[in-house]
Amino acid sequence: MNKRFLKEKLIRAGFFVTALVSVLVLGMIMVFLFSQGLPIFDQVSVGRFIFGTQWYPTAEPPDFGILPLIAASVAVTAVSSLIAIPLGVTTAVYLAEIASPRMRGFFKPVVEMLAALPSVVIGFFGMVVFAPFLLEQLDLLTGLNLLNASIMLAFMSVPTICSISEDAIYSVPAELKEASLALGATHWQTIYRVIVPAALSGISTAVILGMSRAMGETMVVLMVAGGASLIPGSLFDPVRPMPASIAAEMAEAPFHSEHYYALFAIGVVLFLFTFLFNICADYIAGRHKQVGAATL
Amino acid sequence: MNRTFFAALTLTLVLGLSLPAWAGSLKINGSTTVLPIAQKVAEAYMKENPAVSISISGGGSSNGLKALIDGNTDIADASRFIKDKEIELAVDNGRYPVPFAIAYDSIVPIVHPSNKVNDLSIEQLRDIYMGKITNWKDVGGDDRPIVVISRDSSSGTFETWAEKVMHKERVFAGAQMTPSAGAADQAVAKNKYAIAYNGIGYLNKAVKGLAVNGVQGSKETTLNGQYPISRPLFMFTNGWPSGETADFIRYVLHPAHGQKAVAATGYVPLY
Repeated sequence: MNKRFLKEKLIRAGFFVTALVSVLVLGMIMVFLFSQGLPIFDQVSVGRFIFGTQWYPTAEPPDFGILPLIAASVAVTAVSSLIAIPLGVTTAVYLAEIASPRMRGFFKPVVEMLAALPSVVIGFFGMVVFAPFLLEQLDLLTGLNLLNASIMLAFMSVPTICSISEDAIYSVPAELKEASLALGATHWQTIYRVIVPAALSGISTAVILGMSRAMGETMVVLMVAGGASLIPGSLFDPVRPMPASIAAEMAEAPFHSEHYYALFAIGVVLFLFTFLFNICADYIAGRHKQVGAATL
Repeated sequence: MNRTFFAALTLTLVLGLSLPAWAGSLKINGSTTVLPIAQKVAEAYMKENPAVSISISGGGSSNGLKALIDGNTDIADASRFIKDKEIELAVDNGRYPVPFAIAYDSIVPIVHPSNKVNDLSIEQLRDIYMGKITNWKDVGGDDRPIVVISRDSSSGTFETWAEKVMHKERVFAGAQMTPSAGAADQAVAKNKYAIAYNGIGYLNKAVKGLAVNGVQGSKETTLNGQYPISRPLFMFTNGWPSGETADFIRYVLHPAHGQKAVAATGYVPLY
C-alpha cells in the first residue's frame, strides 16, 4: 500500500517537473531577453526608440529608431492575414462540413504538408520564382517587397489557421446541426448561421495564432521583404520587419555594444507583440468557450 | 569485460580532455571583413594540424586591436591600418604591433547585364546611394528609376563601401539592405534597374561590374592601386611572430594555402 502510494507520488512529481521545464525555460529566456535589451534605454529614450524613424545602427553617431521596423512587421502581418484568414477558414469549413471522407483524407494531409515546408524553402521560392514574376507582370521596381513577403507568410499561416479552425468546426455538437437541418434550413444556412458562429471562438484563436506566426517568422521576411528601413507607403515598397533586422544584424553586432542591446530591445518589442496576440487568443478562447449545446 | 570497457572509456575521456592543454592554441579577434578569411584559413590549418585549436571572434577592427594591446589575443584582424593612438597605447603596455597585409578588399558596383551604363564616378555612386540621383537617365541610362541595393550595415563590405564611396554620408533609407553577397547578386541578376555592390570575387556572368572613375575593377587594377574602391586587410601580431603564430601567418601568406582561401572568400589575393 505504502509502496503504491509512493510510486503514485513520484509519478505526479515527475509530471510536475516536466511541466515546469517549459515554464522555467520561458522564464529564463525572458530574463535574458530583458537584461540584454534594456541597457539600450540608457542611451536612447523609450519614446525615441519606438517612434524614431531613422534606423542607422552602425552610423557615427548611430540612430536607433525602430518605427519603420514596427510598421513593416504590422503591415506584413496585416496583409498576410487578409490573404490567409479567408483561405484558411473556408478550407476548414470545406474540410469539416462539405468534403466527402475521401476528399478530406486527401486534402487534410496536403494542407498539413504545407506546414511542414521549411520556411527557408518558402523564402527561396519567393526570392527566385515569385519576385521575378511580380517584377515582370506588374512592372514594379522590385519584386522583393511587402506584397511578396505577405503572400509567402500567408502560405505559412494558412495551415495553422486551417487545422485549428477545422478542429473547432468539427467539434461543434452534432445536435446543433441536426436541429438546424430539422427546422428546414439548408446546408449552407446551417453552416453560416449555426456552425461557424458556434465555432467562432476556436476560429478566432486559430486566426490569432496564425497572425502571431506571421509576425514572428524570420527567414521569409529576411529573404523576400526587401530590407529597406522605410515606413511602407504602398504594397510594393520594400520593407524591413523586426525579425529580419535582428537576424541580419545580430551576427555582426559587437558583443555588448549599443547595436547589440538595440537588437535585443527589438526582440523585446517583438515578444510583447506576440505575447499580446497569445493573450488575446487565450481570452477569446476562454470567454466564448463552448461548454455544451445549450450555451449557444 | 565491462570493467575493461570503462577503463578504456575513462582513459579516452581523460586523454581527450587533457589534449587541448598541451596542444597549441591560437586566439584571433577583430574585423568582420577579415573574419571570413580567418575562418576559412583556420579551418584548413586546423585540418592539417589537428593538435592546434584556433578560436576566432569578429568584434570589429577596433576591438581586435584593443584585445591585442591588452594581451587578450594573439592575432588582431583589421580592415584598416593601426591608428597612432593605438600604437602609443600598445607601446605603453609593452607591446609592439606588427602588421601583415594579407589581402585586398575590392568592391565593384554591379548592375543587370542589359543596363547601358558602364562607368560611374565615385560622386555619382555616392549620390545614387544618398538618394539624390534616382533615375538612370541622369547617369546615361534609360529613363527608369534606380533600385538601390546595399549590403547590411553591419557587414564588412558595407564598411568598405561607406569608407571609400559614401565618405561619412548615410545610405538613404529607401535602399534595400540585403543580408549576404549572394542575395545582392541574385537581386541584381533578376532586376534590370537595380544597382548593388559586391566583393570582386563574387562577380559572375549574371551581373555586370561597372568601372569606377573609368577604371575597371580587377586583380591587376587593385594591386597597382588604380582602382579606387579597395583597401588592404591586415593581421596584426604582438611583436615579430614566433611559434604557432608565425606558422599561422606563414600559412595565411602562402600562395597555395591562405591566399587560395582569400580568393575563395571573394577578396583579392596578394599575388
